[in-house]
Amino acid sequence: MYEFLRDLDRRWIFLMMFLCVAVPIIVIGLTGETFPEEPTDLARAVFHAIDDMPSGSKVLLSYDYDPASEGELSPMATMFAYHCAAKGHKMYFMALWPVGPQMVDDTIENILKRDFPNLEYGEDYVNLGYKSGYEGVIKVIITDFTELYTTDTRGTPWSAIPMCEDVESVQDMDLLINVSAGYAGTKEWVQYAVTPYPKLRMVAGCTGVQAPLLYPYIPQQLHGLLGAIKGAAEYEALVTAKYGEQMARRDADGNPVVDEEGNYVIRGKYTEGIRRMGPQLVAHLLMIVLIILGNVIYFIEKRRERRR
Amino acid sequence: MKRETMIWTIVLLIGAVLLVLNGALRGAGQAYVKEVPMRFVDVAEPGEVRPDWIRYDSEAALDEELCVQPFEQIDPDRRKEWTRTEKAERGEYLTARATRPNDNPYRVSISRTIGVWVAALFTLFIFSFLYKDNPLYKIAEASVVGVSAAYWMVIGFWDVIVPNLFGKVAPALVRQWAIPGLEDPPNYWYLVPLILGVMLLWRLAPKGAWIGRWPLAFVIGTTAGIRLIGFIQADFLSQIRNTVIPLVAVEASTGTFDFWASAKNLTIVIGVLAGLVYFFFSIEHKGIVGKTARLGIWFLMITFGAAFGYTVMGRIALFAIRLEFLFDDWLWLIDPVQRRVPVDPETLALLSSGPLAALGLA
Repeated sequence: MYEFLRDLDRRWIFLMMFLCVAVPIIVIGLTGETFPEEPTDLARAVFHAIDDMPSGSKVLLSYDYDPASEGELSPMATMFAYHCAAKGHKMYFMALWPVGPQMVDDTIENILKRDFPNLEYGEDYVNLGYKSGYEGVIKVIITDFTELYTTDTRGTPWSAIPMCEDVESVQDMDLLINVSAGYAGTKEWVQYAVTPYPKLRMVAGCTGVQAPLLYPYIPQQLHGLLGAIKGAAEYEALVTAKYGEQMARRDADGNPVVDEEGNYVIRGKYTEGIRRMGPQLVAHLLMIVLIILGNVIYFIEKRRERRR
Repeated sequence: MKRETMIWTIVLLIGAVLLVLNGALRGAGQAYVKEVPMRFVDVAEPGEVRPDWIRYDSEAALDEELCVQPFEQIDPDRRKEWTRTEKAERGEYLTARATRPNDNPYRVSISRTIGVWVAALFTLFIFSFLYKDNPLYKIAEASVVGVSAAYWMVIGFWDVIVPNLFGKVAPALVRQWAIPGLEDPPNYWYLVPLILGVMLLWRLAPKGAWIGRWPLAFVIGTTAGIRLIGFIQADFLSQIRNTVIPLVAVEASTGTFDFWASAKNLTIVIGVLAGLVYFFFSIEHKGIVGKTARLGIWFLMITFGAAFGYTVMGRIALFAIRLEFLFDDWLWLIDPVQRRVPVDPETLALLSSGPLAALGLA
């Protein structure tokens, strides 16, 4: 057994990892069953930062990520947009990453246009698009938006966009929401926007790799943080708990569908994060088993060498 | 033929046959679009220089005299018409096919279907590296590099050079062919970065490469200055302030001692001090300093462990979304978002009893 484990080809481990991720995806996809999520204080802080503001508040959503990190970040980006729209906030979308506008477009198409058809472009939400310059963009728009954003992505002049009339700079925003996959992202927003202008409030969702680096900013410089898919799942649990009726599937008469226990059956696009926690659990169990086995093999080998 | 090659050939052949059957019988991997007619009318008053286009079927058009007449009868110079294709779902397509067969705006999109298949095959090509390096992986890798480079070039031109240089120096020109909404007057200060840019490109010339050092020095100097201020404010001074916290925390509402908050604050303070002592190499790590430094190592190790755990979680999430794409969009094994279910049960019943059910399409 010892020799078998010691000489195990790494490709068997890849196969095991594939099965540990694939089987839960298929099972959850077919049955619709998911694990319950207990939100942490950080997820609650994000939820309340958005939910406690009065309707009509101005929210800047900077989607600084690309398809490479969509698995982790698109669930929280979706939920941020839904939450803001459900609360009736004014949404100003922008991006510091070149592919960010496509992520914004996806959110607008899949969430705002489909589930909030009453929202008007230019009145309730606007897509300002991508500007190159990384933290340089933040440095400029923190005092003057129009220095860089003369038009939106459609080419409409800043002055002709109704919801931009009384907006001069980022300081006019009631909340900053950042979805970040790396540089430029949450760290730069904290460094160049929130720290020099402490009146600004900011919450963020980030990849797992970034999360440990951003914890020191909480709570003074960053009011809430969703770390990776776990944070997204917790936030989804909070939003679906409050807005479940609107987010539920509809029957033929347009009424929300409820399960046997009386809970709303939430549409699949709003449970992406919660669904992905299934494969996470099984894959993490495999990782733990492999780490323990690896250490056991290491110590056995060390003892045998000592005996020799 | 080697035994391993033979096994893989058989596995791949079986996979290909199953894929073809899945695609042919169930339509798996198909992508759908909705055709949306776009009809615009120029409602600018005579004498106005700039056109004023509005949608013919919008609420704003109701107030316009020009829009009262049928679209086809409006002066061709004052109307524009095209069809926009929007992403749609199979469920919507099936519903429309059953309820309005003669006027179905939904259709299968050949180009998007090819896109789904290419994306799926490239995902598998990349995964194949886990078995061993192979030409399919190389093809996928080279394609990613090439497409990324081209994408960055296009983005660089349209999002940087056009709005930030041409748009600033010659806004009237840019307004005519690229950004109709541009209103700014010319700003000739932007010629300075243009000159610096040309100087930077001088590095490629056989002579006078030193000219490129001046803009480079400018870039390095400004970047260093901006970064320095950012880090000193946000990471140095603010972090010192964030560490100055009460070791005995009191609950704000009741005024009683909060054990867990106190323990958290104490851990933060001890962790910061121990970590700093570990990186303090001017004193030999012996005695109390050595023990504190050792505690600092423990804190660092726990931090690295947390970072590793988060990284694993992130990587598994990325793997999961690729598998979801393969199982959902490509193979149609699962449908967690209910994209392929017709919209209402009445339609579903109609489809279930009709010829579509026999073909396995309902």
